[in-house]
Amino acid sequence: MSMIKFKNVEKYYGEYHALNNINLEVNKGEVVVVLGPSGSGKSTLIRTINGLEDFSSGQLVVNGFDLADKKTDINKIRKDVGMVFQHFNLYDNKTVLENIMLAPRLVLKRDEKENKETALEFLDMVGLKDKINAKPSQLSGGQKQRVAIARSLAMKPKVMLFDEPTSALDPEMIDDVLNVMKKIAQTTDMTMVVVTHEMGFAREVADRVVFIDQGTIIEDDTAEEFYNNPKEERARKFLSKIIVHK
Amino acid sequence: MIHVLVNNWQVFLSGFFNTVLCSILALFFSLVIGSGFAIMETFQNKFLSGFARAYIELFRNIPLLVITMFFYVVFPQYFFTISGFAAGTIGLTLYTSSFIAETVRAGIQSIDIGQMEGARSNGLTYWQAMKNIILPQAFVLVIPPLGNQFVNLIKNSSVLAFVAGFDLMYQGDSLASQTFDTINTYLVVGVLYLIITLPLSYYMKHLENKLS
Repeated sequence: MSMIKFKNVEKYYGEYHALNNINLEVNKGEVVVVLGPSGSGKSTLIRTINGLEDFSSGQLVVNGFDLADKKTDINKIRKDVGMVFQHFNLYDNKTVLENIMLAPRLVLKRDEKENKETALEFLDMVGLKDKINAKPSQLSGGQKQRVAIARSLAMKPKVMLFDEPTSALDPEMIDDVLNVMKKIAQTTDMTMVVVTHEMGFAREVADRVVFIDQGTIIEDDTAEEFYNNPKEERARKFLSKIIVHK
Repeated sequence: MIHVLVNNWQVFLSGFFNTVLCSILALFFSLVIGSGFAIMETFQNKFLSGFARAYIELFRNIPLLVITMFFYVVFPQYFFTISGFAAGTIGLTLYTSSFIAETVRAGIQSIDIGQMEGARSNGLTYWQAMKNIILPQAFVLVIPPLGNQFVNLIKNSSVLAFVAGFDLMYQGDSLASQTFDTINTYLVVGVLYLIITLPLSYYMKHLENKLS
């Protein structure tokens, strides 16, 4: 069953062609890793899925909602599509617990007692139950990102989008975040789209790897196939660069 | 100085009362109107943000006295008569609201765009995000300049003296012209203004320290 479906999606920023004829289908429960050089359009691609970016033409259907249709209520899509950002974007004026409880309270009208139980459950899952009263400014980057993941999960979404979730983290924090993401991938039937260069993560949990360059999808293959036998020259070049740096 | 106050305390008290009342009304409404236009100015919609921009530029660049005279003299010619107190309070509200709008807008725009994106992708509507995430952070940030605007507002309420608003300045003026004891009269007036503005300044400082 298709959860996300791009059909001939184009996006221009003025003259700049950010997304070039994107055709991509992600099925329910699939984990797809998107990668590509800086400025390739991978962030733009993932941000169109929950409407943070619009697109110029084509069709994009997410969880049955047509994003090209102006009548579609974007908030209905976002209710079921969580997003984790490179720079966390936690609510700086709220405690960790409030960060997690706010959206379920306002958007889902979840009962307050149940809301707190759910929040604690997900905080426990990311290993930060002892931080409920901390403010984001008191947390390390890795802790912030795990709170951000718990915040998205508390909405009980069908899709989770991760936009370079470990790129802003110190090396020793990266594993904590990746482990949480692996746990989600392996223990739930969450549909996940992950923009990341973490090869270990991709190999271990990704069903597919999508390589994008200059707004065009160059390769769309299984992780093993992509890393071992990249078909396109551009993908090979890119891989040689990120592997050398490991 | 004391004898002027003791002999005329009822006059000073009524002036003091009117100044405080005008200030509270103008402060409340200029904060509401100013914040409204500040939010409107950040809209994507060019028409609405342009309208907000025009409002702010209009009232920010006309002298307070001119705005007030407009409501006191011109407005009644076409609509209905309003008291000097009302004209002055409306003028002060519109004038101050344009400065507050500029201040609050700067606060909103200095909040990282990620806060709004985080909230929206979390499922919150634009207004829920504004109310719960953006505005609370923006207001904490602009407390110091907002405090300046509040103190200016109180001092500017002396514009009521020009339109027979019976405020502190008006009563001081009339006492001074009756008694010719100008020095002591205006000293009392000055001290009475300080009694309003100093605690407000201290309160804003306290708020700034508490919330930062």
